[in-house]
Amino acid sequence: MYAYDELDRTLINERVSEFRDQVKRRLSGELTEDEFKMLRLQNGVYLQLHAYMFRVAIPYGTLSSKQLRQLAHVARRYDRGYGHFTTRQNIQYNWIKLAELPDALSDLAEVGIHAMQTSGNNTRNVTSDQWAGVAPGEIEDPRIWSELLRQYTTLHPEFSFLPRKFKFAITASEHDRAAIKIHDIGLRLIKNADGETGFEVLVGGGLGRTPFIGKTIKPFVHGRDLLSYVEAILRVYNQYGRRDNIYKARIKILVHELGIEKFAREVEEEWQQLRDSALTLDHADIEEIRSRFSYPAYEKLPHMPDELKQAAHDPLFERWRKNSVFPHKVQGYSIVTLSLKPVGGPPGDATADQMDAIADLADRYSFGEIRVGHEQNLALPHVAKRDLPVLWKALDKIGVATPNVNLVTDIIACPGLDYCSLANARSIPIAQELTRRFANHDTANLIGRLHINISGCINACGHHHVGHIGILGVEKNGEEFYQITIGGRADENAEMGTLIGPAVPYAEVADVIEDIVEAYLALRDRAEELFVDTVKRLGVEPFRERVYATR
Amino acid sequence: MPLVKQGRIITDAFAHVPDGAELPGDGAILISAARFLEDPEAFSRRTGKTGVIWPNNRDLDDLVPYLDRLAVVALVFPSFRDGRAYSQARLLRERHGYDGELRATGQVLRDQFVFMQRAGFDAFEVKKESDAEAFAATVKRYSVFYQPTGDGRVTALNRRMQSRHSESAAR
Repeated sequence: MYAYDELDRTLINERVSEFRDQVKRRLSGELTEDEFKMLRLQNGVYLQLHAYMFRVAIPYGTLSSKQLRQLAHVARRYDRGYGHFTTRQNIQYNWIKLAELPDALSDLAEVGIHAMQTSGNNTRNVTSDQWAGVAPGEIEDPRIWSELLRQYTTLHPEFSFLPRKFKFAITASEHDRAAIKIHDIGLRLIKNADGETGFEVLVGGGLGRTPFIGKTIKPFVHGRDLLSYVEAILRVYNQYGRRDNIYKARIKILVHELGIEKFAREVEEEWQQLRDSALTLDHADIEEIRSRFSYPAYEKLPHMPDELKQAAHDPLFERWRKNSVFPHKVQGYSIVTLSLKPVGGPPGDATADQMDAIADLADRYSFGEIRVGHEQNLALPHVAKRDLPVLWKALDKIGVATPNVNLVTDIIACPGLDYCSLANARSIPIAQELTRRFANHDTANLIGRLHINISGCINACGHHHVGHIGILGVEKNGEEFYQITIGGRADENAEMGTLIGPAVPYAEVADVIEDIVEAYLALRDRAEELFVDTVKRLGVEPFRERVYATR
Repeated sequence: MPLVKQGRIITDAFAHVPDGAELPGDGAILISAARFLEDPEAFSRRTGKTGVIWPNNRDLDDLVPYLDRLAVVALVFPSFRDGRAYSQARLLRERHGYDGELRATGQVLRDQFVFMQRAGFDAFEVKKESDAEAFAATVKRYSVFYQPTGDGRVTALNRRMQSRHSESAAR
């Protein structure tokens, strides 16, 4: 956990009082809605279909139990008793009142949480691997660098009015859980031949109506140069990114139009002027940030405690353990994923009561720490294996132990037309119906790893392009239709899915997905071949045939 | 539009001269980049200071050779959403060493004052009277800054390092 110091606390309180003044000026009419819009967006406030929506940042997905309790408090006090975890390590509240927003922010500031730059055309919440610091084989904890970037990007005087939004993601593991290739800047932490920390820097990834996989702009940027190199990229983008058309304003379009080589040259030229500036991080700077992170005092525990051996006789426990419990870098500990995808529920939602209960369990079993992943699930990152059986019972009781992590019902979905003013179609009811269709755990387990991603419009908040199965809501003559893609993925081998054929109406989506899954089961060459690998091997044609033969 | 400088609303000493209009015989003038670049030498021969309004999509390289003879560079915010002039301001101050008046013009609201100051602006043509009046209070709103810029404010990281040093010196 990073602990705020007096300076961090002062800054977020100053931001709250500035926002309080902005809301006051809006309510008095001194600010027009057009002027206020930009200001509220910079503080995570959208105007949705029914109410204001409020998005709060959970930097690099790390929360303390105290912070989670405060998120629950905000849900209860200012909203309707629940919150929605997003694909970018944020939480959203859907029913907040404008006049109460400054108080909600002020309550969050008490525990070091803010909503700065969770929307608007600026640098957004810096996201990272939800297993950062605990994943076996990780090179080093990427959150040190995430925090350096969080501070660097917060209220940046030059880059708060960019052509368009700008997202960073960082990973330090071989397996990319942070989806860095679909971010404006993706950072892969690596070591050079001398054992020094640096980053492979990717640029220009993103989804939306013109999806691109990020391209490597520089294979190694030394850690000390990270901020100056990022500043060079942002400066080139701020000056040359398009501002005439919001659909062409992301950095991916600039990179595409110039070509990565030319863009890289522009950045290099700028960086050569900047590289030996005040942005250069020396060892002491990095250690100063590192020193503000605290780590659990792990016990020396056996690999296989008796509690676990005994519980292994319970098939329900075993089913959950095999699905939701993952290896930890420290012997005797595990990472536990908490599924926010119950059968029939909206993906990523948690009630205030669940949040409070999870905070209590984190205190008891996970050194008071909780993680939020881009798949819209939570995790307890430091659970002693001996505690797994009792933890499982407690999680099951509050409905977050559905053993469907990474399975067909672990669906990523945007809020869609149920909430969002941009949406063309509903997302949540599609997800809910699919979780009912595949509710049988044995079937889901037989199918194996399969990511379904649903977006209610082309803006792609549900990351449909990179779902193994992607579902995109479109509108046709006033009706909700859905385009289906297959073969996408968001990890280190990121790829966009391929459209399988014409869009299908709302009522047929679940049938089509069932057909696709059945086709996969018939086509895979062995049980271990994942859906996405079968699509890679065979292409979309056999799936297309199966789906459209009878339609 | 009120002009704020050194924290106060002042009278603009520079006459805005539109393209095509005749130049006054003397006195300080503010003219467009296009007019200035037509014949930069002509303005050196005049008595009276020269200021140039530089568009936010024009390369600064065209301006840099003349910086030492300009009293004002005015950078433009066609809309407060358009942040290109922040980069231009920092480049003028931090890379090209421009130390004359750097003026923000266009849609300038109080919510940008701190960003603008940090980028190097020291004069502000403010859109609303009430924002201009609130200038002094608004720029005191923040006391903590994460990024180093040319404005000389000490960053949070530097403050932390300083307090570490003084702690270890006291020990």
